[in-house]
Amino acid sequence: MSDSAGTRSYVTVEVGGQIFGIAIERVREVFLPDRLTHVPLAPPDVAGVLNLRGRIVTAIDMRLRLSLPPRASDQRPMAIGIDHKQEAFALLVDSVGDVLDLCESQRETTPATLAPRWASVAECVHRLDGRLLLVLDVDRALEPPAAAAIAA
Amino acid sequence: MDDLLRDFLTETAENLDLVDVELVRFEQEPANAKILGNIFRLVHTVKGTCGFLGLPRLEALAHAAETLMGEFRSGAMATPDAVTLILAAIDRIKDILAALERTGAEPDGDDSDLVLELERVSAAVKAAPLQAIEPPPPANDVPARELRPGEVSLDELERAFREAPGPDLPPAAKPVAAIAPVPAAAPAEDAGRAESTLAGQTIRVGVDTLDRLMTMVSELVLTRNQLLDTVRRQGESDFGLPLQRLSHVTAELQEGVMKTRMQPIGAAWRALPRLVRDLAADLGKKIELVTEGAETELDRQVLDLIKDPLTHMVRNCADHGLEGPAERAAAGKPETGVIRLSAYHQGGCIIVEIADDGRGLDVERIKKKAIANGLATESEIEKMSDAQIHRFIFAPGFSTAAAVTSVSGRGVGMDVVRANIELIGGSVDLRSTPGKGSAVVIRIPLTLAIVSALMVTLGSEIFAIPQLAVLELVRARPGGEQRIERIGDAPLLRLRDRLLPLVRLRGLLGLPQPEDEQEDDAFVVVLQSGEDAFGLVVDDVLHTEEIVVKPMASRLKEITLFAGTTILGDGSVVLILDPNGVAQAAGPASAHDAGLGKDEGAEAAETGSVVPLLLFRAGGAAPKAAPLALVTRLEMIDVSAVEIADGRAMVQYRGALMPLVPAGAGVRLKESGDQPLLVFCDDGRSCGFIVDEIIDIVEQRIEIGVSSVAEGVLGTAVIAGRATEILDVGHHLTLAFDDWLKRKDRPTESALQPCVLLVDDSAFFRNMLTPVLTAAGYRVTCANGGAEALDLLGRGRRFDVIVSDIEMPGMDGFALAQALLAEPLAAGIPILALSSLTGSSVVQRARQAGFSEYVAKFDRPGLIAALQHFAPGYRNAA
Repeated sequence: MSDSAGTRSYVTVEVGGQIFGIAIERVREVFLPDRLTHVPLAPPDVAGVLNLRGRIVTAIDMRLRLSLPPRASDQRPMAIGIDHKQEAFALLVDSVGDVLDLCESQRETTPATLAPRWASVAECVHRLDGRLLLVLDVDRALEPPAAAAIAA
Repeated sequence: MDDLLRDFLTETAENLDLVDVELVRFEQEPANAKILGNIFRLVHTVKGTCGFLGLPRLEALAHAAETLMGEFRSGAMATPDAVTLILAAIDRIKDILAALERTGAEPDGDDSDLVLELERVSAAVKAAPLQAIEPPPPANDVPARELRPGEVSLDELERAFREAPGPDLPPAAKPVAAIAPVPAAAPAEDAGRAESTLAGQTIRVGVDTLDRLMTMVSELVLTRNQLLDTVRRQGESDFGLPLQRLSHVTAELQEGVMKTRMQPIGAAWRALPRLVRDLAADLGKKIELVTEGAETELDRQVLDLIKDPLTHMVRNCADHGLEGPAERAAAGKPETGVIRLSAYHQGGCIIVEIADDGRGLDVERIKKKAIANGLATESEIEKMSDAQIHRFIFAPGFSTAAAVTSVSGRGVGMDVVRANIELIGGSVDLRSTPGKGSAVVIRIPLTLAIVSALMVTLGSEIFAIPQLAVLELVRARPGGEQRIERIGDAPLLRLRDRLLPLVRLRGLLGLPQPEDEQEDDAFVVVLQSGEDAFGLVVDDVLHTEEIVVKPMASRLKEITLFAGTTILGDGSVVLILDPNGVAQAAGPASAHDAGLGKDEGAEAAETGSVVPLLLFRAGGAAPKAAPLALVTRLEMIDVSAVEIADGRAMVQYRGALMPLVPAGAGVRLKESGDQPLLVFCDDGRSCGFIVDEIIDIVEQRIEIGVSSVAEGVLGTAVIAGRATEILDVGHHLTLAFDDWLKRKDRPTESALQPCVLLVDDSAFFRNMLTPVLTAAGYRVTCANGGAEALDLLGRGRRFDVIVSDIEMPGMDGFALAQALLAEPLAAGIPILALSSLTGSSVVQRARQAGFSEYVAKFDRPGLIAALQHFAPGYRNAA
C-alpha cells in the first residue's frame, strides 16, 4: 500500500539466493503448496496445478521461470497466491521473508545489463542494506516467457 | 437500461419468435384455428406492453398488425398480400427492438408506410363486398358442418398462407379474387384468460443468478465429497449421520439447480421454421421441416452453444443437401424435400440429428476438393473409407457448394460447427447415402458442469476420462481372449470382429515407461472419437466418479490432450483427458478403425454371441458370471455403512436406499472393511448384489452346458477354462424388488430357444442387446448390416425372428425388410424394426416396408414383449 510518505509495501521472497519484492496488494495469500498435480506436456515453468479451497491454481515455479537449477528434493517451496486475469496462480519460491515498506524515492530502473530472463520479470530495483531487491512484475512473471519477453 | 425495459425486451423477443413459429405452423396446419388466436394474442401482448412503456413506434406497428389480424379472426379472408404484410411488420418490430436493446431508446424513423398499408388492407378486407363463392368440398380435417355466413373455409385460409410470399420478396402479382364474406361477431378467444392464471406460478430469474447458483452447488458437491472421504477414512464417527443427511440434501439441491437450468431444445429451434420458409423461397425449393422431440431438455448453457451450429446445419441441408423440385422429381422422389430435426436422450447425453432426404454427400467432389485444398494426397484418399472422406467436410475452409450462394457456401461452416460442439464436450458424426440423403448426428452432454468420468492411472498419477467417450474396458493378456498384436511397430488389439489401434497414454504424455512393464499385459480403455474407436493403454483402471469439470488453466489450454481439471474427494487435482484431443495426438494412422481382419459374414455368426462377462465369486467354489452389460457399476462400500431395516440389508447409495441381496447361497456380508458390490440400476432404482470377490472381465460365448436346478442360477458354462455358474440376474433383482421384471421362464434346453437375428450397425448396441435377449431366453446371432443378414440367411441359417435397426449405412432397415420379402428363405419370419426414430410416419413406413412390429430403440420391455408375441420364449416349456 502506498501512503502519504510515498512508500510501498512489498512481500519479500527468495529465489535462488536473489531477493524479490512482490507488491503486497497483489498477494492474496502465502501458503505451503500441497499435492501438486504434475501436468504432462505443460510449459517448463508450470510446475503443475493444485487445489486451494476449491479453486484450481496454476503453480509457476520461479526457479524454472528464471532458468535456475531446480530446488533440491528436500527443499520444499513456498507459494504466493496471486490472481491474474481472473485466474488463480501460485508463484513457487524458495522462502518468504518479511514485508518491507520501501520508499518510492529509492527505486531505480532495472540495469540494462540484466539477463533477459531476469529483466523480463523485473519492474525496478531497490537498494537495501547491502543487498538489491528486484521488484517483480507479477503479470509478466505469470505470462508465458516468450509473451513476456515481447511485452518487455 | 432499466429492468422493466430489459424484461420487456426478453419477453417480446420470445413472443416474436413464437409468432414466427405460429405463422409457419399456420401454413401447415390451417385447420387449427387456435393458432390464429395465438398469433393475435402474442401481437396484442406486444402492443399492450409498448403502450405501457411509451414506445410509440412499436405500439403503432403492433396495433396496425393486430387490427388486420383481428379481421382475419373475425372471419375475413386472409390474402397472401396481407400475410406478407404482417410478416413485414413483425420484421420491422424486430429491427426496432434490436436498436432499442443497443441504445436503450426507440430509434427515430417512420413506419407510416407499413402502418398505412396495414390500415388500408384492414379496411379493404372489412369493406370487401360479399361474393358468392362455392364452399369447397370439406377436407377430412375440416369441421363437418356447413360454413356459417361470415366464416372462412380453412382451405382458403391455408391457400392464402401457402401462397403468401415472405416479406423480402415482391408481393405476388396475382391478386386474390375471392374475398370472404364480412364477418358476423366471432367468438372471443379466451386464451388471454388462461394465461393470467399461469402467470403467478413462474418468476423470471436472471441467468447469471442461476449460473452463480450452479457454481456454488458444484463447490458444495466437492466439499461434500471431501467430507465423505475424510469420514470414510476415519471409520466410526459422530459425523456419519448428519453427513449422510447433508449428502442427501446436496444431491437434491444439485438436481434441483440443474433442473432450473434446463430448457427444452425447442427453444433453440424456434427460429428454424421461419428460416426454412424463407430459405425455401430464396432457393426455389420445396422444403418441409419436421421436428421431433422438441421437448427434450438441455442445460441452458449447452443450448446457447448449439443454437448457431443448428441454424447453420439446417441452412446447409436446405442449400447443399436438398435438390430442387425438378431434380427430385427426376430422381423419383417427392418434390418436397424433408429436413428432419430430432432430439432424444441416449445414455448420459442428448442426441440431436439434422437429417435431409436430399442427394447425400458427393464423395467424388469432396475427394477432389480435399486434394485441391491440400488436405490429403491422391494416394492417401484412395485408401480412405467413405466415412473418412465425409469427414473432410469438417476441415477448416471446406465447402462443397459448386457455386457460393448467399445462403451458405462461404466455407466457414462445418469446421466452426464442429469446434463449437467439441468445445462443450460433444461430438459430431456424419452419415450419408448417395441419393437418399445425409444426416449430421450431434452428441452433447446433458450438462457441462458435472460429468461421469472413468478414473485411470499411470504410475501414481490419476487421469479422468469422460465416460461418454468410453465404449468398454478390456484387459489384454498374452494368450488371452484379447491379445495385443502388432503390424510393424503398431500395436493393435483384436477385439471381437475388429482390430483396434492402440495408443499408449504414457507415450502420448511423454512419461517414461517403467522398466518392468509387461508390454502385452495391459488395461485398454476403448474410446470413441467421432466415428473412430481406438484403445488407450493405461496402467490401471480405478472406478467411475461424478466429477465437476473446471476449465483448463489458461497457461495449459494449448495442451489439446486435456479437456479440463477436476478436484477429487481427497482434495487432489486431476486432469481430464479430452478423447478427441487424444485421438488427434495419436495421429491419423491410428485414429481410425484399422479395418483389418473384418472378416465379414463368416466371423460374424461366431462373434455375434460373444458377450463380455463379469466373473466373480459369490459363495461356493465355482466362480460365477453375469453379463457385464447388465451391471451398471462395480462398487466397494464400507461394511459399516450397511444398515439393516425390516430384516433386509440396505445401504445409502447416491441419495437413495439401495437394497442389498446376496448373489448366491452362502454369501455373507464381510465382518469389516470394504464389501464389493455389483450395482444394477433400472428406471431410477438400484440394487446391490453382495459378492465375495470380483475376479475379472472376460469375453465369452454364453453356451449353457448344464442347466441349473438351483434358484438364481441360469446354468453352468465353461468360462476361462473353468466351470462357471451364470447368474440369473433377473431372479436376484426380484429378491430386492419383486416387480423389477416379470419373471421370465428360464431356459431349459437351448434347442428349444427361439433364434433371433439381431441386425444393427452399432457394435455397442449389439453388445448391449445380446445379453438382454439371451437373458430373456433367446439365442442371438448378430449381423452388422443388411448385407450380412441376407448373407447369413442365404447360407441357410434359420431364425425365428429378425430384429433390425432402421438407420444403418449401406442397406438400411427398410431396404433389408424389402429384400427379405423377396427372399423365399425368409418367408414367414417376422421382422421387428428397432429404431430411435419414433415419428408416426416412420412407423407407417416401417409397416409398409414389411416390418411386423416397430419398437423404440430404448424400450427394452417393449422389445421383449414384441419378441414374446412373435416368437414366444421357450416354445415347449411355456
